[in-house]
Amino acid sequence: MGKIHTIKQLEQKANTIREDIIRMLEHAGSGHSAGPLGSADIFTALYFEVMKHDPKRPEWEDRDILLQSNGHCVPVRYATMAEAGYFPKKELLTLRKLGSRLQGHPERTRLPGLETTSGPLGCGLSQGVGMALAMRMDKQSHRHVYVVTGDGELDEGNNWEAIMLAAKYQLNNITAIVDRNNIQIDGPTDEVMPLEDLKAKWESFGWHVIEIDGNDIEAVIDACAMAKAVTEKPAVILAYTVPGKGVDFIEYDFHYHGMLLHPDDAKKALHELRTLGGKIRSEHE
Amino acid sequence: MNEVRLLDVTKDLQIEPTRKGFGRGLKRAGELDGRVVAACADLTDSTQMGLFRDAFPERFVEIGIAEQNLVTVGAGLAAMGKIPFVSSYAAFSPGRNWEQIRTTICLNDRPVKIVGSHAGVSVGPDGATHQMLEDIAIMRVLPNMVVIAPCDSVEAEKATLAMAKDHRPNYIRLAREGTPVFTTLDTPFEIGKAYVFTPGTDVTLIATGTMTYQALLAAEQLYKDGIHAEVVHVPTVKPLDAETILASVHKTGCVVTAEEGQMAGGLGGAVAELLGDECPVPLHRIGMKDRFGESGEPSELVTYFGLDAKHIRFAAHHVVERKR
Repeated sequence: MGKIHTIKQLEQKANTIREDIIRMLEHAGSGHSAGPLGSADIFTALYFEVMKHDPKRPEWEDRDILLQSNGHCVPVRYATMAEAGYFPKKELLTLRKLGSRLQGHPERTRLPGLETTSGPLGCGLSQGVGMALAMRMDKQSHRHVYVVTGDGELDEGNNWEAIMLAAKYQLNNITAIVDRNNIQIDGPTDEVMPLEDLKAKWESFGWHVIEIDGNDIEAVIDACAMAKAVTEKPAVILAYTVPGKGVDFIEYDFHYHGMLLHPDDAKKALHELRTLGGKIRSEHE
Repeated sequence: MNEVRLLDVTKDLQIEPTRKGFGRGLKRAGELDGRVVAACADLTDSTQMGLFRDAFPERFVEIGIAEQNLVTVGAGLAAMGKIPFVSSYAAFSPGRNWEQIRTTICLNDRPVKIVGSHAGVSVGPDGATHQMLEDIAIMRVLPNMVVIAPCDSVEAEKATLAMAKDHRPNYIRLAREGTPVFTTLDTPFEIGKAYVFTPGTDVTLIATGTMTYQALLAAEQLYKDGIHAEVVHVPTVKPLDAETILASVHKTGCVVTAEEGQMAGGLGGAVAELLGDECPVPLHRIGMKDRFGESGEPSELVTYFGLDAKHIRFAAHHVVERKR
């Protein structure tokens, strides 16, 4: 894809994606809201600047790979893919409906471009490691694997098995992006299962660690470039995000991790996104 | 009049574990197709992946003791067009990593080849923790999964080569202990097919894995008892070859199943489901009866748990009697 966007344009795209997420969830009547809203900037950066991909050729053999390990946040991916032109936007409203390609948790075999099926947590990173190993075997040094994981899902042991394996093989063609929003279903991550010192954990497992504000699109883009420049080991971006970013009453509230949006909430959220303190003007007023 | 060519099971035969045949087959598959890769969870020589690792070190991944990682890395390799064989002991894979197999391999429809060695009580002295008995049951219920249990090392080699060409997720069940090699290079093998190894008219003995040898021995003994047993070998428990099984059962009118694993959910369960739906007849299942194994010598254990020709023979008499 041509990378012709300014940061301002990307921020507008992220805002549009947030509006689509709200509409999708309201229409679906269920689904997670905080994670998708919080990671909209990461997905915008990946799809519109960082990754080599082609919406018209989802199976393009030279594409970069994006795995979304935290499958429950898939509304952000669907909305971003639709914005990028993978499928018509009107299909977004089929989310979670019978017969839809947009399953409640992503299913690769139903929608081209998803790369894998996820939802049960902690398995994206290891699949990414398998893909990175295959790319190395095939000497496809022009390709890169990105894996977005939640922070809560780092409770899963499978992640740390994969983290060790990537370090063992010094895989420099994989970048993990942790959506560090500090919430999971039962509460704040540091009450449910303390993850800190998360940076030290990854470093001691042999990864290069970059910490950023995950709601700063330019920071995400820069961090991905820095991660790719690390040649002797895999790199992880700890992206500190605000859960529910962009919608005041959802922000930071772990209850919205998996709570459905009432039509009134959705209306309020859309209004806020459209104005956003006058900072960003929506195209969909 | 055998429909397939077998060696005489009443004679002394070469003894070799099925995992050895897998090891040879994997190396051969690697020679035939550059997309074949392998990964193991710290049991490379034990699961007989050593031949492949030594021949193709750049196509082998040592995962360490991490079975959840083993199969999900496999899913990633398959996603990139590789044909990954991933091995461990069956007790750990698919024993420990079933959900990963369900989501990232079956639902995700990636053709990962899961190799579970050391299945059954014939693992011996290691005891119940390492004697996997539930693998057929837990793999058989997964949509998209193919379940294969070869009867000897020659068939295991053929099965491995067939798996490398199959586009579906596969599970192959292998044994630690050596068992008689009674099939030959000419014995047919195709994924999804059951084979009449001994034709008969009075009772159908349906067996999988190394229990097929015991069924053939039982058929020899039953012949002397005046009962003509038909032995149907089922190397592919899923998809089950209903046509071959039902053709035999329509002829004989009674069935004994035999497997070295839990009969609940295993081959016995699969056959009971089929017969219940299509052709209810007297059925006796030989297998583990809702209990775990224990330490002992392999030959002691199979006798102790009734997993041998003698018990198949008694069961055959029993179902023939019920038929009358």
